[in-house]
Amino acid sequence: MKLNTEPNIAQPDDFYQELIDLHRDLSEEQSRQVNARLILLLANHIGDMEVLRAAMQAAAEES
Amino acid sequence: MLKTFDYPKFDHRPSADQQSGEVRRHPVIVVGAGPVGLTAAIDLAIKGVAVVLLDDDKTVSVGSRAVCYAKRALEIWDRLGCATPMVDKGVIWKTGKVFRGDREIYRFDLLPEDGHKMPAFVNLQQYYLEEYLVRRAEEVGVEIRWREKVTGVDTAGNHVRLPIETPTGVYALEADWLIAADGARSCIRRALGLDFMGQAFNDRFLIADVVMRADFPPERWFWFDPPFHRRQSTLLHMQADNVWRIDFQLGPDADPDEEKRPERVIPRLKAMLGADTEFELEWVSVYTFQCRRLEKFRHGRVLFAGDAAHQVSPFGARGANSGVQDADNLVWKLKAVLDGTAPEALLDSYDAERVQAARENLLNSTRSTDFITPKSAVSQAFRDAVLDLAENHPFARRLVNSGRLSVPAVYADSPLNTKDEDDFAGTMPPGSPCADAPIARNGRPGWLLSLLGSGFTLLCFGDAPEPLKVGAVAVDLLTAGRDFEDVEGLVAQRYDGRPGTVYLVRPDQHVAARWRAFDEAKVRAAVNRALARRGRRR
Repeated sequence: MKLNTEPNIAQPDDFYQELIDLHRDLSEEQSRQVNARLILLLANHIGDMEVLRAAMQAAAEES
Repeated sequence: MLKTFDYPKFDHRPSADQQSGEVRRHPVIVVGAGPVGLTAAIDLAIKGVAVVLLDDDKTVSVGSRAVCYAKRALEIWDRLGCATPMVDKGVIWKTGKVFRGDREIYRFDLLPEDGHKMPAFVNLQQYYLEEYLVRRAEEVGVEIRWREKVTGVDTAGNHVRLPIETPTGVYALEADWLIAADGARSCIRRALGLDFMGQAFNDRFLIADVVMRADFPPERWFWFDPPFHRRQSTLLHMQADNVWRIDFQLGPDADPDEEKRPERVIPRLKAMLGADTEFELEWVSVYTFQCRRLEKFRHGRVLFAGDAAHQVSPFGARGANSGVQDADNLVWKLKAVLDGTAPEALLDSYDAERVQAARENLLNSTRSTDFITPKSAVSQAFRDAVLDLAENHPFARRLVNSGRLSVPAVYADSPLNTKDEDDFAGTMPPGSPCADAPIARNGRPGWLLSLLGSGFTLLCFGDAPEPLKVGAVAVDLLTAGRDFEDVEGLVAQRYDGRPGTVYLVRPDQHVAARWRAFDEAKVRAAVNRALARRGRRR
């Protein structure tokens, strides 16, 4: 399977707001923890190592 | 401190070699009477090789040190006739539990199936283990020379020359082959100027062996961030004689001399065990560790084994257990070279197979270390996230890494293997160690591994072929239904054995080749291949 980077979320603005809301009132440290847990949960859901590698690489390339 | 063990005292007795004033030549000298050197020497002696074992100490291991011995190492020692006292004296266990704070978040079972002679793990203080190995070495005629320190090594010429210091003066020996099993600070490695590749870690750990009557079960318990030792890890193991191994992570800034003092250690233990638990300290040590190895384990006529060749973190019990597999892998090859039934090139396969095993051990050991002692803020965040999720989300439990415990090496890419031509189910491809299974012989119960000899064996299902010799090498036959009864059907199941199936097993009980039907020419070619006899006529 390939990493899908085409639009895939039906209501993107809703998702984005909920992601930001998730971190409201959290300290930087708490946010880091939430993000780490979120990455692990999503990674396990995807499961496909090829997709995960492509996502990690795409994330690294933007920095 | 309390002593539950009386250390034997081995005297130095000047050998005939030393008294002769000549430099005498031996076929094999082993340096280092630890678990690896003793195992190699016993195996050589059983195979009929005159072997001299040199050690600079006068007793066995001081302190309990290695503690955890895995099934494969026990199977090797059983082949050498010395596993019984280890299993009898040791603490058998197979369950590991991982706690975060005071809550269990993960557990594993290391031997989920029955029908193996040896248990998954035995915990035993290293001094007992070495005492049993020394006893066996003496029984089989190993000449152990205590308090003899090798001070250099000269590899010019077609042999090795060793200058040796003893309490009664210096002398020198020559050897056709030298097994360097002289530990992490190997004098032979340094004399040859060989560098390690890998990583050193800064975190310090405290080992406390305590004697107590406690009702912990015989399991491996590992805590992340326990209430009694916040923000660090702790490991608990049961050993023989009511001695318990407790291992506290101290962090990189701990002062090793300060931390070893009983005034520091005892409050840590009381916090863990409760103020009312009575215990006595038996041994305390502070250590750091390295994950590193030599690039090559064979250097001409010098063969490195055990910690002298590779070092790992203690999480995973991959130190002594891999060193013993080094010895198991090396000795039959050295014997074949000494007998002239294999070329010296066979010893290069020791390097290929055991470097691959060391790589796997180092990878696992380094990963465990990174999980237990995260090196950066983000590494810490992911580690904590895994622990956070583990309690309620099963997937995260598989990511918890408190040490991936030693499993036997599979030499999947070995040049000695003959590739499968036929389809097989199961987990026994060429390069695998043979699985054990219960059998009966002459109506008496026994174990399959005990029937595999110390040479090449054809394990046959169905009709037995004629015995055969490949050059001077005899291949023994072991046929299900004729030489033993597969009483529970587990041999056929574990080997996917059907009528006609044949396995060629190496002297170290690893699979060299297998077929669905016996073909003499193929067996001959596979034996030649397993002995690195290339281009030889069948």
